[in-house]
Amino acid sequence: MSDTIPRTAASGNTAAAIARPGSLYRMSRQRSTIAFLFALPLLVVIGGLIVYPGVYAMYLSTLNTRMNRFIGLGNYTFLFSRDTFWMVVEQSCLFAITAVIFKALIGIVTAHLVNNLPSKGQRKWRGMLLIPWVMPLSLSTLGWRWLLDPTYSAFNWLFAQVGGPQIGWLSDPMWARFSAILVNVWFGAPFFLIMYLAALKSVPGELYEAASIDGATAWQKLIHVTLPMMRNIISITVLFSLIVTFANYDIVNVLTAGGPRNMTHVFATWAFQLGIASGDIPLGASVSLFMFPILGVCAFFILRGVRQRGREI
Amino acid sequence: MKTTTVSRRKFIKRAALATTAAVAAPYMRTSYSAGKLTLGCWDHWVPGANDTLTAIVNEWGAQNHVETHIDYITSVGDKDLLTASAEAEAKTGHDIMQHRAWQVQVHRDVLEPVDDVIDRLVKDHGPIATISEYLAKDHHGKWKGVPTVVGSQVKPCCSRIDLYKQYCGVDVTKMFPFGDNRDKTLVDSWNWDLYLTTAEKLFKGGYPVGLPMGQTSDAIDWVGALFRSYGAVFVDEKDNIAVDSAETRAALEYAQKLMKFNPPDVYAWDDAGNNKWLISGKGSSIMNPPSAWSVAKRDNIKVAEQCWTHDMPRGAKGRFAPYLPFYYGVWTFAQNQSAAKDLIHYIVDKPQAKRQVQASNGYDLPAFKSYYDFDTWKTVEPPKGTVYNYPPRGDEELSITGYPARPDVAAQIYNQSLQTVMIGKVTQGGEKIDDVVKWAKNECEGYLRS
Repeated sequence: MSDTIPRTAASGNTAAAIARPGSLYRMSRQRSTIAFLFALPLLVVIGGLIVYPGVYAMYLSTLNTRMNRFIGLGNYTFLFSRDTFWMVVEQSCLFAITAVIFKALIGIVTAHLVNNLPSKGQRKWRGMLLIPWVMPLSLSTLGWRWLLDPTYSAFNWLFAQVGGPQIGWLSDPMWARFSAILVNVWFGAPFFLIMYLAALKSVPGELYEAASIDGATAWQKLIHVTLPMMRNIISITVLFSLIVTFANYDIVNVLTAGGPRNMTHVFATWAFQLGIASGDIPLGASVSLFMFPILGVCAFFILRGVRQRGREI
Repeated sequence: MKTTTVSRRKFIKRAALATTAAVAAPYMRTSYSAGKLTLGCWDHWVPGANDTLTAIVNEWGAQNHVETHIDYITSVGDKDLLTASAEAEAKTGHDIMQHRAWQVQVHRDVLEPVDDVIDRLVKDHGPIATISEYLAKDHHGKWKGVPTVVGSQVKPCCSRIDLYKQYCGVDVTKMFPFGDNRDKTLVDSWNWDLYLTTAEKLFKGGYPVGLPMGQTSDAIDWVGALFRSYGAVFVDEKDNIAVDSAETRAALEYAQKLMKFNPPDVYAWDDAGNNKWLISGKGSSIMNPPSAWSVAKRDNIKVAEQCWTHDMPRGAKGRFAPYLPFYYGVWTFAQNQSAAKDLIHYIVDKPQAKRQVQASNGYDLPAFKSYYDFDTWKTVEPPKGTVYNYPPRGDEELSITGYPARPDVAAQIYNQSLQTVMIGKVTQGGEKIDDVVKWAKNECEGYLRS
């Protein structure tokens, strides 16, 4: 296919004089140039709000505490020698991986439930189930903070009414970790739901009919039809959610501020504590960038798998 | 219609001339030149306190023909810290920025020296609190911030008069009376041992004291005062790590005993946790500025009528009041520096300071001891004299967690909640004191990284 938009034929001497296009004109008529111009606003936004801050953060992470001397990878080697850093790595992984697994499980189960609802009432359910995701996170986390309040927890009040135990939702380190993950799952599961629901709706009905004729059970249909057809969307959703969950700041900051005993700190909250509160911006930048290469490698393999499957289809 | 055309050459020539004139023109460095001055100030939680500051700033603006503008920035979600950091990095923003305790050190390289303002204030009003000086002077001995009235605070005890009498037989109003007639024997008896004994009795009586042990400033502040009164130094002035000491161990052992008599949720309290505890009527004592009392006055007057703010308990090495000063800093990139300094002097000067203290119901505590005679602390009630002892009036020394380490290091001890985490490990976590001290030593080694 030609890379240029076919020009309307011009005839006559005048037309011939006009139709003596310069190279700039030809370039502006090329499809790639038009595509580039359309993408330019987005590229500017990405460059200004993602690439530049990212590169600047990398630069900052190579400076000393007062930001007046280049120390190369000194901040990273320093971090590797700190017990607290490794505790934060462990907690961030626990927080992100557990939350993503539960979000994916809840998302897929709920998507199936909603998909099987009569189409008349489905829209209402879809709308209601999306509420946690469309609410501002800080606001909903504040609501959770009141429910889990160390002294006046609404949940504990309910437990007390039925003679149940009083749980230190935010004061006991293990429960505090659980609470942070719970709120993240509550917030993020609707995203998985809507993505999986869209994927479910795109699975051709003929495949299920063929499977039924072959005598497949519901479980077999799920394993051999639904999940293979949803593999790409599952991969991309998990990747996207993993990145966002690793970078989460609001939930932990509002619920526990990293406590008790630093045992709920994740990369973002600890980076803030080091960088902004304690005045060591380069070290804070190093903490926040620590997951970048790991997530980058994950993204590479997941997206490569998606591309390969796309070609097979 | 006559039209004028400007050629490209003419335009460039005129633009160049205009730019050169603007750059080369002498700038009148005096507040008497009309101009604009912008301030980024902490958004006070006391209703009306911001209005008073605005009125003071506007007065000065009118007198000096300077247009002033204040942005009140909340500390909720650390928005004030973020704004200051962003301005420091971008080298643009307000002319004057209000900074919390450690932030002057954080931004010292982009803050203008204000020794001239300090000299004038000291000459007129006497010495500034040592801790204020410690936090505001840079490594060359230059003042980089002027202690504010607004926001600066101490966190002494705020105790329930009735509960202490009923369960412990202690009359805190007699021990720390309204007026300068203290009984030295009674005051001396208020030490950490007596505090522990009373805490146990109050716990058994169903009204435990509420000492936060989380990672926010109320927890960090009282714990710092406890360690210091035991003589525990984490890192000294010469960068020697001194945390592994008998004094540190003694303070940790004490904390082990004391935390048993606190509600178990103190490990998750934020800065509102202890206030709520007292206001609800469940708690008998907290360590806080009079904000809890102020809110109780509005929401639970019965509790407010029984609140008495008084000195901290004394330890082997003295009696220390947790102090958290705020500062005004002038950015090096501020457009109107001389006017900014003049305005700061005006705001902090005694007549204006008095109005600010009044507007905050006595919450704001100036850095000058000569200001402690303001009427507000004598007049607010109920009960009469409830916050008279809020400004240190006896042997209490102002202190901040992390002192006497150099401020860069102390800022990390403070902001990374080293001391409260240590107590949490020993008490809630059940770890051995030796292991916790070893961990803290390792953390301090990290803080000394330059």
